[in-house]
Amino acid sequence: MSGQGQTARRRLLHALAYLVLVAVGITMLVPFAWMISTSLKAPAYAVEFPPRWIPSEPATVEIDGEERRVAELRTNLGVRVAVLRYSPEGALVQGLAPGERSGERLTVSEDDLHMVREVKFHWENYADAWAARGVRVREALFGLLNQVDGFLVFYLNSMIVTILITLGTVFTSSLAAFAFARLRFPGRDAMFLGYLATLMVPAIVIMLPVYALLSNLRMTNTYAALVLPPMFSAYGTFLLRQFFLTIPRELEDAAVIDGASNFQVYRHIILPLSKPALATLTTFVFLHSWNDFLWPLMVVDRLALKTLPIGLAHFQDSYTTEYHLLMAASVIVMIPVLIVFLLGQRYFVRGIALSGMKG
Amino acid sequence: MAGTIAQRSSPPSARSRRRAAFARALPFLLPNLVGFLVFTFAPVLACFALSLTEYRLAPIGSFADLRKQVEFVGIENFQQLLWFSHQDEGLVANDPQFWRYLGNTLFLMLGIPLSIIGSLLLALLLNQKLRGITIFRTIYFLPTVSSAVAICIVWKWIFHQQPNEIGLLNSALMTLGVAHPPDWLGTMEWAKPAFIIMVLWLGVGGYNCVLYLAGLQGIPQELYEAADLDGAGAWARLRHITWPLLSPTTFFVVTMSVIAGLQGSFLFTAAFLMTGGGPAGATTTLMLYIYNYAIAWHQLGYAAAIAAVLFALVFAFTLINWKYGQRLVHYS
Repeated sequence: MSGQGQTARRRLLHALAYLVLVAVGITMLVPFAWMISTSLKAPAYAVEFPPRWIPSEPATVEIDGEERRVAELRTNLGVRVAVLRYSPEGALVQGLAPGERSGERLTVSEDDLHMVREVKFHWENYADAWAARGVRVREALFGLLNQVDGFLVFYLNSMIVTILITLGTVFTSSLAAFAFARLRFPGRDAMFLGYLATLMVPAIVIMLPVYALLSNLRMTNTYAALVLPPMFSAYGTFLLRQFFLTIPRELEDAAVIDGASNFQVYRHIILPLSKPALATLTTFVFLHSWNDFLWPLMVVDRLALKTLPIGLAHFQDSYTTEYHLLMAASVIVMIPVLIVFLLGQRYFVRGIALSGMKG
Repeated sequence: MAGTIAQRSSPPSARSRRRAAFARALPFLLPNLVGFLVFTFAPVLACFALSLTEYRLAPIGSFADLRKQVEFVGIENFQQLLWFSHQDEGLVANDPQFWRYLGNTLFLMLGIPLSIIGSLLLALLLNQKLRGITIFRTIYFLPTVSSAVAICIVWKWIFHQQPNEIGLLNSALMTLGVAHPPDWLGTMEWAKPAFIIMVLWLGVGGYNCVLYLAGLQGIPQELYEAADLDGAGAWARLRHITWPLLSPTTFFVVTMSVIAGLQGSFLFTAAFLMTGGGPAGATTTLMLYIYNYAIAWHQLGYAAAIAAVLFALVFAFTLINWKYGQRLVHYS
């Protein structure tokens, strides 16, 4: 029995494993699918019971300048008619071309009518969400843009803020990490301990005083307030230092003997060897900054400076019931993160594993 | 090289050598260190200082004399926050809201053990040598990298329940035969379970799952082969090899999840966007309470005091966990 019995059992177990994995996968995707589905529906058909996954709506046809609902005759399958009006005797319908009864009018029982729906994707919802009726920004980007659509401004702000934070973090923390990993100087270990200690401090503890400081300097509602404070968390320095420590020192020795300066070692040896770690940090910081909600919410209340997450929240306030637009806007917000995640996934997963190793 | 020889002939003092070493490190340190001190390190200390004051911040965009805003009040904020006083009804908390919201925060953390068990089970499945694992892992991770705001908006829509407007979840429940599905976000008893469902969906395939998967891949295959020779079943292998060898990962996962849960930055977003902290405060967490004090009510001193208590909770948990949790960890 052994050989074959075991393979059969193995196959069964694999099938079961797949079943569970697929079921969980579907559960994960349902909200996203629902988001996309709703984003393509007409406003009147966004809320329906039972819900429809594929956006559709009653088919209509124009007869004598009026929209008429299209139905199929149950008694004569395949024959389509336009419903002209209902009366106590039944429904007055007109046969639609092509068909033998095209143009012919007759009265049928209402029960014989099967209302026809057609699949229709309302791509214009995306344009509407983007234009964000009512969310116009008078002046944005230091006056470079005038009278622009809200979403475009949010998008540009998010791009600017995210890119600056990412570049700033990677640049400054790679320099500091180099000092902590490779240079000897008095107070180094105490200083690094100071960095480490802040890693476990709840973010809000740090945010409140910075917010107070920025308010008193009248620096809320500026790009600096959005960009600078998140740029110097200890996380980046910590992650890169750990990685730099794994690079064998022998690689630098030759360069140092040849008279290379510290900066040359950093620039020409350490950085090129650390591409995976830099990619990890870049992906992490990019995704985190793009999705960050609390900090922009605290320091910005001018429309012209809002980033996408708080712009979307603003949008939700104004369009609580227009789910088709809200969903389209949500999809628009998610696209860049999905692209960055799919591109940087490898590094992202490695970064998580790396940070867990220290636990 | 000539310089080295010259230096050797007249050895510089230890002090000047240290100074020189520091000077060499400074250009590397400075860009990050200045920012770190101003925007990360000093604020931690400043928060404690703030918590001892009554600090009424002028509304955003306006300007007021600093001295008019701040008043040193000692531990008054903490007395208000944590102490009790005698009233007619007996001992009453000075700030009953705080205790309630602390309770909410802890209640919402009930999802954490479920989420961790789920992550472990998923990781075990993903670790089977099956095809297409990368695709599953990517899908499971999607919620984690997605915009929290977008996620909250779509879940609000899924939980939706209004007369004549039934959301996706309740439509599904009604199809399954539940005649009167709950008004998830609109009733006090269902709002928290709704949030826990959402957090489970969000977290089960996220960081913890990836960490467990990495942990599983680090277990030497020979151990399982040896166990097979001894005739150990699947359960025995899980119980005596996988689980003990994963304990460092579990320790890390539990620590990080609890710290993240206490801070609850996702639940802040969820409460802010989906329920406004309601109904009747049922989904207000400590984070939202801090935010309200700081931003909506401009009372930074009191907000800082709550933040300090939150910090103390995180710190206490970390210490206890380190001291006692560590014992359960099996290091090979």
